[in-house]
Parts: sequence; structure tokens; C-alpha cells
Amino acid sequence: MANRIPRVKVREQDPKVRAANFEEVCYGYNDEEAALEASRCLDCKVPRCVGQCPVHVNIPGFIKKVAEGDLRGAAEVISVDSTLPSVCGRVCPQESQCEGACVLGIKSEPVAIGKLERYVGDWKIAHSDEVNVELPARNGKRVAVVGSGPAGLACASDLAKAGYEVKIFEALHKVGGVLVYGIPEFRLPKEGIVAKEVDEVRKLGVEIETDVVVGRTMTVDDLLDREGFDAVFVGSGAGLPRFMGIEGENLNGVCSANEFLTRANLMHAYDDEYDTPIYTGRRVVVVGGGNVAMDAVRTAKRLGADAVIVYRRSEAELPARVEEVHHAKEEGIEFRMLTNPVRVIGDEKGWVKALECVEMELGEPDESGRRSPVAKEGSNFEIECDVVIMALGTSPNPLIKSTTDGLETNRRGCIVADEEGHTSREGVFAGGDAVTGAATVILAMGAGRKAAKAIDEYLSAK
Amino acid sequence: MFEIVSKRVLAPRITEMKVHAPRVASSAKPGQFVIVRTDEQGERIPLTICDYDPEAGTVTIVTQEVGFSSHKINSLELGDSFVDFAGPLGRPSDLLDLPEDELKAKKILFVAGGVGTAPVYPQVKWLKEHGVDADVVIGAKTKDLFTYVDEMKEVGNVYLCTDDGSEGFHGMVTGLMKDLIDNQGKKYDHCVIIGPMIMMKFAAMTTKEYGIPTMVSLNALMVDGTGMCGACRVSVDGETRFTCVDGPEFDGHKVDFDEAMRRQNMYRDNKKSNPETHKCKCNG
Repeated sequence: MANRIPRVKVREQDPKVRAANFEEVCYGYNDEEAALEASRCLDCKVPRCVGQCPVHVNIPGFIKKVAEGDLRGAAEVISVDSTLPSVCGRVCPQESQCEGACVLGIKSEPVAIGKLERYVGDWKIAHSDEVNVELPARNGKRVAVVGSGPAGLACASDLAKAGYEVKIFEALHKVGGVLVYGIPEFRLPKEGIVAKEVDEVRKLGVEIETDVVVGRTMTVDDLLDREGFDAVFVGSGAGLPRFMGIEGENLNGVCSANEFLTRANLMHAYDDEYDTPIYTGRRVVVVGGGNVAMDAVRTAKRLGADAVIVYRRSEAELPARVEEVHHAKEEGIEFRMLTNPVRVIGDEKGWVKALECVEMELGEPDESGRRSPVAKEGSNFEIECDVVIMALGTSPNPLIKSTTDGLETNRRGCIVADEEGHTSREGVFAGGDAVTGAATVILAMGAGRKAAKAIDEYLSAK
Repeated sequence: MFEIVSKRVLAPRITEMKVHAPRVASSAKPGQFVIVRTDEQGERIPLTICDYDPEAGTVTIVTQEVGFSSHKINSLELGDSFVDFAGPLGRPSDLLDLPEDELKAKKILFVAGGVGTAPVYPQVKWLKEHGVDADVVIGAKTKDLFTYVDEMKEVGNVYLCTDDGSEGFHGMVTGLMKDLIDNQGKKYDHCVIIGPMIMMKFAAMTTKEYGIPTMVSLNALMVDGTGMCGACRVSVDGETRFTCVDGPEFDGHKVDFDEAMRRQNMYRDNKKSNPETHKCKCNG
């Protein structure tokens, strides 16, 4: 074997300290650490990691450059396939994608591909003045992109690089979609990272207009007919929160994870300088086991509450990234597995005072392949709390569906689109969570890139 | 940036502003609202659209000071700008969907209380433009608190009432509504009520007694205003609905007003909502 160097550990903020602040948890590699970790890569002839990356970043290619100390070269290799390396290095589920496929992982630990990608992305942000962006001549065709999240940014970048005039319309006041309203500062810094990578997209010539709610301010048809765009990409995400439909869910103190996180992340409610309030109470129960649940519970902890995760399956089934669960535990989050809420109990003034739950056990596998949880009869008990946050997943916002004639959607409200992003409407393409329902940043980016290719083919043939 | 092109004080703590927002102005319809933000630290505040002029590219809003953020809005001056002015949001009034002959046959009563008068205005104006004369009951605590009465008189038949009897009918809107129906021979087959939650609750109880189908426009708490957060959820006929995307107008006989009022006060005691205890440094 080529090397016996163990995976280089990444430095992190002390869990006790970070549980009370919103600074980033992970410090990332310094130059020596990155070079050492990069030297572990075997540069496989048939790199399995690349095949597992939804945007097919040339992983051995950029890691080789890092090992050689050529960071500009590494950044150039990544930028062929990804516009958001600093974001993806931080939030991709590497263990089930690139790193999960790394040959080194069979006998020891995989190369820390995510941490190296982040290292290169951060270098690029710090040296953005030195990297020249060469743009092709404009081809005279215009594409509108709905939503400035990962799908929209990836689609817009590829189209701009291909010579299109691209304009992104964003409903909120900040650019980035779920990267700014959903993922917390301590995982993904907003000013330092998201805003900087968005600037890189702008440098490609992409224009971005905020405060435009497509479906209300303008429709998709307005974009095509009135605004003169030749094609539209819909990357409007999955923003509609689900609730359980149990008794007491409208009591004061119950909210969606989307609301809690939007207040904290987009509106900076944790910061006294900002006007938006947030209610945390003393003891917060977050219902759910995905990344959003982890983000909400860790945010509640940082705002000073005792914070508990309630999840109906067992720990093995938690859909969240392993790293997030690990970090949450280090920070003192209480995990109550095989527990399902049946009722929110309020006090005489209509505020939450407890969550009634039942114990669950795992039965036969369901359609997702996971063993489905079944309630144990008579096992009801109460968890005392004053805030309940529902993190049960989200579905696509119906605004575009309901205002675009002929745009087919499925029974879950997702826009129907093929692998390349073609929808039932000519000239209208879609990708990301708006098509798949809530998934990951990198899958949305992959869908945005595929759609960009399909839009290019469509408009070239026109 | 969205510039304030006119500003006038309508009553103590109630201010009207015309804001340059061409995209909103060209799509706005009666019954819809906007989300505004005064500055980078500001909250996203929902405000019902009170008028709009697609040609001038302006949208009119009326704001009553009730807390820190509404105070911040009303402190903006002519020539200042909102950093954000997004919309139009929510569904337009149901009246807009009616076929013209059906609409013209309708006997419509609007009931406005307090700062709710301004949001009633675009609906009455739209009806007038479509050949329908509507009756408008406007209530205030005392005559100095009336707003938008002159504007409303140009587009509808206005009936005033004050709690203290200083102008018009002496009593609340519910009393005047009953007086119109019982004593003045008025008949209505549709009612729209906009105002404080407690007033909408009792006015809707009154129309229920008379069997008049009634819509109310809810001013729930919101964060994004586009269906993302669910802060604005309300129980209508036992089902949870989002005010921002399913409303803001709902069947007034089916809204759980007690729950809606409780939810509206969720952040009332929060230190950030109170101008006295608000700790940011924006006002020095």
C-alpha cells in the first residue's frame, strides 16, 4: 500500500465553548495538514469517488494539486464542475458519497475529501482577486432562473460560462436559498462563505434580483412573454413545512424548524443588533432526525435552552449526517430515540408545557427499506418542555405550480421533470428540491448543472 | 431599494406612504399584502396593500405603530427607502373571481375598524370601477382616529360610528351593522371585515346571526410571507391554514379567532418587540 498515514484530524471548537456561540464548529485544515492529508490519496486509475459525486468533481485531480502545493491549480480543477466548493466541503454528506467510495476506507479511513475541498474553496475565496475569470462571448440568449439556492446558482453558473445572459430571481431579501435561511452559521458562515461564493457566481456575469416572488410578483409566463427570456429554470426548492396534525400543534411555542431556523439564520434573531425575535424557552424538544432537526436542536442549545431530539426510529436510522449527530452529542444534546409525539399539552394560557409521546419499536421494513416504527400500546409519557419544533421535512411551495398552466406536478406537489430537467412545459426546466422534494445541496447542484446542459441543447437547436 | 415618494400622517401613530415598487404595483390586486424591511437589521413586516398605481409604479401602505418595527417604518421620511418591498403576496379577494353579472347583483357590506379602513379601500375602489356600489361601515374609538374616510366616500357609501359618539352612530361597528339591517332596510349577501382581530371576531358573529357570508382579512405574525415558516398558521373550520399563502382572507364564520388572537400575541412580551426595551443601537 502506498501509505500508512492516518487520516489527519480536523481541528474543531471545544464543544463546551461552541455550544454557547454561533461561530463555526470546524476550523478546517491549515496548509501543512491539508498537504499531509492530500498525500494520502492513491490517485486511483478508476477513481470511485468521482462516480459517487453528483457533480463529478475531478477529486484525485484537485487533491494531487493540493499535495503539490498548487492551490490555484486545485481551485481551477474544482471550478470546472462546482461553483460552491466551500459550501459543499462543509455540508455534503461525504460519508455516503465520495468518501464512502474511497478505496482507503476499506481497510482504514477514507481521504478527507470534504475537508480538502473546503480548504481549496476557502483559499479561492481569500485569493479571489488573483483568479481571472474568462467569459465567453455572449450568445444573445437570455435565461431566467427562479430561486438562488444551490440548484439555481449551479444552473446559472454553467449557463453563464456557456455564453448565456442569466438572471436569477430570488423571493427573499438574501441570496442563497436554504444556504442562508436553513443551514446555521455555525455550520456554514453566511458572510464569510455563502456571500463570497455567490460573488463568484456574479463574477461570471450572472445578475441577481431579490424580493421577486415568482408566482406572485411575476409568473413563469411573464418571464417568457413579458420579460423576454428564452427559457426558465425553476429551482424554487422545498420550502413548505410539514406538521404532524396532532392535537395542540397550534399552541404558542410550537413552530416549524423552518420558522425557527429562518428567524435565527436569515433574520439573525440570535443577535441583539437585529430586530426579529425568537422564542426559545427553557427546554426545547425538536421532533425529527434529519439534518434540519440537528440544525434546529443545536441552534436552540446555543440560544441557552436544554435541547432534546425526539425521533420515532432508532439511532441507526437517523437520516442526518454522521458528523452532525456526533457534533450534537458532543454539545450535550439529549437524544430520545424510538419516541413519537401524540399530543402537545398546553397551559391555561395556551402555551406549551409538555409533549406527550409514546414509545416505539421497530417492525417490518417499509417502502424506504427502513424498519417501520410501531407504537407500543399504553406506553404514553410526557416530556416537560416549553417549545416544540417540528422538523418533519418540507415539500415544494405550491406558488409556481398554481400559477403556471400546463406545468405538471405529482401528488407530493413536486414538479415533474426528467433526469435532464425537462418539464411538461416547453422552455421550462426544473431541478433540485422543487423536483425531488427535500434532499441535499449537492444533489440540487447536480440537477441544476444537468438542466443547464439541457437548456443549452434546447436553445442551441431553436 | 424602494423609495418613499409621499408620506402623510393620517392620525396619531398612523402613517400613509406611497412607495416606488414598480413590479409590485403592476401585479397587485385588492386583498393582497407586501412584506417590507426598513434596514439590514429590520424584521420582515407584512402590510396590506392599500392602493396601487401601475403607471406611476407606486404602492400605498398604511402603518399603525404598535411596536418597535412599526415605529421604525413610520420614522422613515419622504425620500428614504425601504431595503425590501416584496409582493404582492397572498391571494386576492374572492370577489375578483366572480363573473361580472353575479358581482353586479351582489349587495356588499364592508366593515372597517381602526387601521383596517385603508386595506378595505382598494376593494371598494375596485368594485366601484366594476360598477358595484358597496356600503362601508367605518368604526373608530373617537372621531380623531378616523382614517381614509374622504377617500372612501369617493368610491362607496360610507357609514361612520364612534365608541364615544363624537361622530356618526354612537356605538361599535356591530351596533351600526344591526341598525343598517334592522332599521334602515338594508339587505346584504356578502360582507368583508378588516380591522383588529377582536373587532373582526364580533363583527363576524353579527353577520352570522343574519346569515351573511363573510370574509375577514387576518393580520397574523409572519416571517417570510411566502409559505415557508408557518408562523401565520390559523385554524379555519378545524383545519390548519397558512395566512400568507392560503389567505389572508378567510371565511369569517369558520376562523378560530381566540386561537388567532393568542398566536398574534406570541412575541408581545419579547424584549425585542417593545420600543422601550429594544436593545439595538440603530437609534443611537
